[in-house]
Amino acid sequence: MDTQPGRQRCAADADEVRGICVRHDRRADALIEILIDVQHARGCVADADVGVIAEALNLSLAEVHGVRSFYADFSTTPKGRCVVKLCRAEACQSVGSDALAEQLRARLGVEFGQTSRDGMHTLEAVYCLGNCALGPAAMVNGRLIGRADSERIDAMITEVGND
Amino acid sequence: MTEPVNAWLPADAAALSVGADAVAAALVTEAARRGVELRLKRTGSRGMMWLEPLLEVEVDGVRAGYGPLSPEDVPSLFAADFPAAESHPRCVGLVEEIPFLARQQRLTFARCGIIEPLDLDAYQAHGGLAGLQRAAGMAPERIVEAVTESGLRGRGGAGFPAGIKWRTVLEQAADRKYVCCNADEGDSGTFADRMLIEGDPFTLLEGMVIAGFATGASEGLVYVRSEYPHAIATLRRAIELWRDKGLLGADVLGSGRAFDITLRRGAGAYICGEESSMLESLEGRRGEVRVRPPIPAISGLFARPTVVNNVLTLATVPLLLADAAAPTRYAALGEGRSTGTQPFQLAGNIRRGGLVERAFGITLRELIEDFGGGTLSGRPVRAVQVGGPLGAWLPASSLDVAMTYEALAGVDAMLGHGGIVVFDDSVDMARMAEFAMAFCAEESCGKCTPCRIGAVRGAETLQKVRRGEHVADNIRLVEDLCEVMTDGSLCAMGGLTPMPVLSALKHFPEDFAPADDARTHHAAQVTS
Ligand SMILES: Cc1cc2nc3c(=O)[nH]c(=O)nc-3n(C[C@H](O)[C@H](O)[C@H](O)COP(=O)(O)O)c2cc1C
Ligand code: SF4
Ligand code: FES
Repeated sequence: MDTQPGRQRCAADADEVRGICVRHDRRADALIEILIDVQHARGCVADADVGVIAEALNLSLAEVHGVRSFYADFSTTPKGRCVVKLCRAEACQSVGSDALAEQLRARLGVEFGQTSRDGMHTLEAVYCLGNCALGPAAMVNGRLIGRADSERIDAMITEVGND
Repeated sequence: MTEPVNAWLPADAAALSVGADAVAAALVTEAARRGVELRLKRTGSRGMMWLEPLLEVEVDGVRAGYGPLSPEDVPSLFAADFPAAESHPRCVGLVEEIPFLARQQRLTFARCGIIEPLDLDAYQAHGGLAGLQRAAGMAPERIVEAVTESGLRGRGGAGFPAGIKWRTVLEQAADRKYVCCNADEGDSGTFADRMLIEGDPFTLLEGMVIAGFATGASEGLVYVRSEYPHAIATLRRAIELWRDKGLLGADVLGSGRAFDITLRRGAGAYICGEESSMLESLEGRRGEVRVRPPIPAISGLFARPTVVNNVLTLATVPLLLADAAAPTRYAALGEGRSTGTQPFQLAGNIRRGGLVERAFGITLRELIEDFGGGTLSGRPVRAVQVGGPLGAWLPASSLDVAMTYEALAGVDAMLGHGGIVVFDDSVDMARMAEFAMAFCAEESCGKCTPCRIGAVRGAETLQKVRRGEHVADNIRLVEDLCEVMTDGSLCAMGGLTPMPVLSALKHFPEDFAPADDARTHHAAQVTS
């Protein structure tokens, strides 16, 4: 997985994106799936990728761009190596997720929706992770944390860093 | 000890979130160290989340429980006469005698937490496939009748009778029809869809195939939100397994009827739980809400007749088809037009959070106090939001309301997807009202003005109220905005956002008053 910030794109990148489109039979109705796979493989869906996808699926640039911008999971620039999502919805608020949000901002030195300058951490607000009886809930690179606090999130950041 | 020990530990995301895998690893290590033959199976969750990770071990043919377990508890567990370690501090006795579980009526969730999610033999041994096998020999009309007779209503939020929806799809003549399962489960305070998909995914597949047989659809799609990676992985394997076994494909169960299922992921948009927005997303587009009519049952996915049902609606179908008397038995449960059982979800600031499946009609108080044991913080319950972010806030004085569609409507509230979020007395309700508007602004699909602009204005105005600026005037402005949003929004996102806002204003006016002692007191608690 390549999530290096500011990495130059090349023909090989386009091939990878084209390959993802082919895996989905170049079906326009699979556009969201394709974007998810591109985001996952490349850490973002860059403007250049939008062009490649539009061509492969026979869609206009505007259509693909419009879809990319609608869904929160897609980013135009690479996310950090470690993506920390904190649930900020009601059930988690009731057990202190707002205070935890402040701690995380300070701890990681980034605002919600931003990536640290060294490309290590992205902090994101999400609305419900389906773990509302064990809040506050957080997710670090797809790993769910219940009864989250800064220590447990820190430990998970270290753990996924070693993966 | 020479006898092998049968044990079960959830691999449900909630259990994993509090360390179930580490407990599993410790169990395996410790068993090996002591020469105990441990037959550890990973299941879904029973839904007693405060006890997770909850280990179950077989003792004299029944299951005893230990929870919440940490890896550090494991050595002492083995030391204490394992598996019958009654004296161990984490022993919770026989699992099915725990009042939280014993007092439930588990129908939709009958197998969840008991069997391995992908064990087809265990599924059948516990009643699975009975509904599909029977439905395979029934005329579509008869299947629709059975579902109609049961009184089953949609569990996704709107509560529309499933049988009527299915009949509409059945009556359409079309080259293709679809069954779309809504697993977007975006409401805060809800996790039942996730639990079911992770713990008993075959039930959902079975319900979808039956829906296909009933309506003449041969393609099914499940739209699962991206926030549920564990559910996605389990469902994917479940679908593959069913294809391998001929339970999906060109000739399901040798019935001559075709049905296949595709999994599609969401990408972080609450509005995609709204059915027409979900259909747009399934077609590869922005999740913009469609104008009705037509309804999806007439023109849905790719303009074809489409059944759109929630996970729980579809997962309840198999048991309704299991035998001829099943619909009547189901319809006998509940109250009035709220028939059957509802998987309620106790969430937020609650001592014993989790899933409670009970017949409609149980009171909110019974759920929160008897099942939930009150708040986690030990402070008094002050406000409860029922039915997700678009649901009403109820004060502690309203807890005696019966949990039925009708009784909740009677107090200007709604059941939604059955989520119950409890707050203690540190909550600032003006803040929650502002949050409701801000959430709507964030998640609005942008198609209609009352919602797109109204929510932004609403959040701004409530901020002013919270700052104490022209409080009375600004509250009036919020009320006007709510009226415009209720009357003029295209869908329930904008149309129902006023529900949490107005209910907060109605039941907790003191939180919106110009700063006085009480208010400052609350604010101080919230920020502390
Ligand atoms: C903003 C909004 C979000 C919704 N989210 C969901 C959801 O996450 N899951 C769901 O099943 N229904 C959701 N619904 C309800 C669906 O539009 C639809 O009524 C439901 O999927 C139909 O299935 P049912 O009849 O089995 O409930 C939502 C509705 C709105 C307006
Ligand atoms: S009410 Fe909001 S979410 Fe619904 S269609 Fe209008 S803008 Fe979209
Ligand atoms: S509200 Fe936070 S996990 Fe559901």
